[in-house]
Amino acid sequence: MRIGLLHSLIRKEEKLLIDEFRQRGLEPLLLDDRKLIFDLESRPAVDLVLERCINHSRAMHGLRLLESVGVRCINSSEVARVCGDKILCSLALKEAGVAQPELRVAFTEESALAAIEELGYPVVLKPAVGSWGRLLAKINDREAAESILEHKAILGSYHHSIFYIQQYVNKNGRDIRSFVIDDKCVAAIYRSARHWITNTARGGVAAGCPVTDEVAAVSLAAARAVGGGVLAVDLFETADGLLVNEVNYTMEFRNSIDTTGVNIPALVVEHAMEQAT
Amino acid sequence: MNECVVCGAAVTVADDAVIGELLECPECGSELEVTGLKPVVLSEAPETEEDWGQ
Repeated sequence: MRIGLLHSLIRKEEKLLIDEFRQRGLEPLLLDDRKLIFDLESRPAVDLVLERCINHSRAMHGLRLLESVGVRCINSSEVARVCGDKILCSLALKEAGVAQPELRVAFTEESALAAIEELGYPVVLKPAVGSWGRLLAKINDREAAESILEHKAILGSYHHSIFYIQQYVNKNGRDIRSFVIDDKCVAAIYRSARHWITNTARGGVAAGCPVTDEVAAVSLAAARAVGGGVLAVDLFETADGLLVNEVNYTMEFRNSIDTTGVNIPALVVEHAMEQAT
Repeated sequence: MNECVVCGAAVTVADDAVIGELLECPECGSELEVTGLKPVVLSEAPETEEDWGQ
C-alpha cells in the first residue's frame, strides 16, 4: 500500500499523521505542493492521497489534478471546493436543510450596505475564502459598515468585493468544533475566548466537549451536506439549537487531542489506510 | 547543533525531522522551516498567505 501526503509546510498536524503512518509500518510519500509539476497525464505511484495543504487554492487544484489521473483523494476536490468557499458551503448546507446563521451575499458596496441593514446590526462580514478568523469584521452600526465596505472595495483584491454577510450570533464566549471522520463524529471541543473571535489560531482556548446526540447529528448532517470525508464542523449554540458556522476540510487538531482524549490523527490514518485497500 | 537563522540561538532538530517541518526558535520565537537534512539546513518559514488556513 502506498499513500501520498499532499502538503506544503509540515506543521504539527502533518508530523503527527506521518508518525501514525510510520507506527503502522507505512512510510507516506511526501508530495510537497511547492515542488510538484503536473503534466495532466502522469500518475504518482500511490493508492490514495491524503490532502494536508495550507493553501486552499493549491489543495483544491492539486486534488482535482490528482483525481483526473485516477488517484483517490481524502478529501475530494469537490469537498475542498465547497468547504473552501463560504458561499458554496452555505449553499450546500441550505440545500441539505442544515441550520446555519442567517446570511446575505452581495456584490457591491451599495447592495452590501442594504443587505446589512436588512439583517440588522451587528453583523459579521467575512471573506468568502479565508481562514483562521482573519479579516473578519463585526459591524455594529451603519457608520462602521460604510467605512469597512469602502476600505474593502478600494484596498482589497476583487474577491473582497464578494460580500458574505452573516448575522452575528451571540455565542456567550464559546463555540464548538466537532471532528467527523468517515461519517462518525469522533470528538468535539469548546473553543472559548473573551474576544468574539474564538478560533484557536487567534487565542481561543480548547476544552473537551461531550459529543451529545445533537452535536453528532448536526455535525454529520453538515459533513454529509458538503460531501463527507475528514472534516471539522464549527457550531454555534443558540436557544433554537445548534447552527453550523462552517465546515473545514483540512482540519487542524493539535489542540484537540489531549483535550478530548481522542487520538484524532490515528483515526485519520486508519481511515486513509482502509480507503486505500 | 543548529542555529536559528534569525537570532543565532541553538535550535534542536529531532532525528526524525522531515523536509518542510516547522520549528520555533526557543529564544526569539521565529518560525523556522527545515529545508535540508544531512546536513540540517534551517530557513525562515514563509509568511502567511491570504488563502492559508483550514
